[in-house]
Amino acid sequence: MRVGLFLTCLNDTLFPGAGKAVVQVLERLGHEVVFPPAQTCCGQAHFNTGYRRECVPLARKFAKDFAGLDHVVSPSASCVAMVRENYRELVGESPPVYEFSEFLVDVLGVTDVGAAFPHRVTYHPTCHGLRLLDLGDRPTALLRAVRGLRLVDLPDATHCCGFGGTFALKNADTSVAMGTDKARNVLGTGAEVLAAVDNSCLMHIGGLLSRWRSGTRVLHVAEILAAT
Amino acid sequence: MNVWLGMPPFPEAARQALGDSQLRANLRAATATIRTKRAAVVAERDDWEQLREAGRAIKDRALRDLDTYLLQLEAQVTDAGGTVHWARDADEANRIVAGLVRAAGATEVVKVKSMATQEIGLNEALAAAGITALETDLAELIVQLGHDRPSHILVPAIHRNRAQIRELFRREMPGVDPDLTDDPVALASAARAHLRRAFLAARVAVSGANFAVAETGALVVVESEGNGRMCLTLPEVLISVVGIEKVIPTTADLAVLLQLLPRSATGERMNPYTSFWRGTTPGDGPREFHLVLLDNGRTTALADEIGRDALRCIRCSACLNVCPVYERTGGHAYGSVYPGPIGAILTPQLRGPDPVADSLPYASTLCGACFDACPVKIDIPRALVHLRGKVAHPPGERAAMRAAAWVMSRPPRFAVARLAARLGARLARLPGPWRRWTEARDLPTPGESFRDWWDARERP
Repeated sequence: MRVGLFLTCLNDTLFPGAGKAVVQVLERLGHEVVFPPAQTCCGQAHFNTGYRRECVPLARKFAKDFAGLDHVVSPSASCVAMVRENYRELVGESPPVYEFSEFLVDVLGVTDVGAAFPHRVTYHPTCHGLRLLDLGDRPTALLRAVRGLRLVDLPDATHCCGFGGTFALKNADTSVAMGTDKARNVLGTGAEVLAAVDNSCLMHIGGLLSRWRSGTRVLHVAEILAAT
Repeated sequence: MNVWLGMPPFPEAARQALGDSQLRANLRAATATIRTKRAAVVAERDDWEQLREAGRAIKDRALRDLDTYLLQLEAQVTDAGGTVHWARDADEANRIVAGLVRAAGATEVVKVKSMATQEIGLNEALAAAGITALETDLAELIVQLGHDRPSHILVPAIHRNRAQIRELFRREMPGVDPDLTDDPVALASAARAHLRRAFLAARVAVSGANFAVAETGALVVVESEGNGRMCLTLPEVLISVVGIEKVIPTTADLAVLLQLLPRSATGERMNPYTSFWRGTTPGDGPREFHLVLLDNGRTTALADEIGRDALRCIRCSACLNVCPVYERTGGHAYGSVYPGPIGAILTPQLRGPDPVADSLPYASTLCGACFDACPVKIDIPRALVHLRGKVAHPPGERAAMRAAAWVMSRPPRFAVARLAARLGARLARLPGPWRRWTEARDLPTPGESFRDWWDARERP
């Protein structure tokens, strides 16, 4: 299958590993990945902060950049949700976007991608993956199939980490208070790695874990699935 | 709408609240308890989603033909011996109520907990007219004795624990036992003795209503303590101040709404006391009944295609109890009688623009827990985003967002910005608005960029 990669501006800038991992897993499964190089940003930050007018040209550009692709896959639940939930109303069309774990399980019908990752991992279901995309147990089903991986439950897993896009800056104190509770729960599991399907949330939780010199790493689910 | 004077916008009010560790502990314990109870009683119903959909449809039907149902309600209430008053705003409503109390020759009223009268600042307006209002809901009484403000729609004193309430009673309640303990039964008994005297002496009561049935003219109050029923039955004159969005078409609609409300509110299958009244009945209950129908910004909200969904709210407060922001900051930070997610979309619409109201749509991470919990399916995140588009944006933020859109509109500009951001992420402290990130959080230091990796492997 020919699959377009929607990297997202955040991954493009700060988290190159997630994009590489998506490419590696899909190619390992025998699919061709296309990366439209003109892609920039889906406009989620603009839309969600109340700058709808500024968002419209970005949505139009997105639709143009990914035109002609039947399947567009992204390592970001919240950006996929942005396109799926809002583009039809914004620009009259909704490109066929899939969150990575959703694409693997629903479209490719795969849960075992042949990965090995001998570490103790806990999983945070990010809010837009959980509530807007209804990812359910797709990401954890994929993680459970990874050889050597021990998945441990995260207490209060469904509680928001406090990132919230521009919320993290506009309401930084509340954001950090929420993130602190989340990061403490992560440390309580004794996991070496916190995994999620959104690097934005991981940037927030991981930013705290790093500042605390905790030694616990954050990884995108795709990076674990790419490990062999 | 009653403005809490001196309140800063949400981010600053939240910062102050976050520093109060006792408040954080009280809120965490209380919201977790209600969340667990609610989850259990909701799980009992395998038709919960159908009930929610039915609740949404009932409220939407009422709002779509609000004018018709309100006139029907007026006709029914009048027919049943009541008098209907129409209040455009808070001042008008307060003037009507003060006038009615004065006409009854009373200087004291007892009140059953009512969001609408808090919204319009009725107690303060009555005080200015020389009339004392006594709150009879236990939690409202605690708030009133403490010269405090409610911080939750359903549990107004959620920010106080038992020990704090005991101290308050010992300090503020006349004639209370000085050896009062913080046992809930002892506290409730002290309040009971205090309130009973007031109920028996009061000639005028003021209430709100959870629902107003257009078909029959009946009003409905849902409560836990029975103090509301005392207010509704003992005094000679009953004045109910009700927002116009509380009207529902028929009695049968209550079959749905009374299943949704207690489960969503207190996590009970049914609340202990549900009172219905309709006009006046000779020899039974109040001799005079006045219904004050309050607009106070509601018709403005109704004109907004997305914002109007907030008018479906049945004040259950399920959205507060599941909100991770509310759980950290408490209700006072929202600067309004309507706190939490519903307050963040209701207050700006009812009150109009000001620095506090403009900050409220941003008091959310858009996590969506509120939408999931809402018994009448108000898409609160959608309304928050919509209202964010309507409030005044800080000039610096507007410039930054426009600059970002300009950068993202052309790939070469984005390439330069990526490079700058990758270098910037190596700074221990970021400048400008990004400063707030690095105060508490590190940034990742990425290695080889995706595009370099991609280009290298495509053209080896």
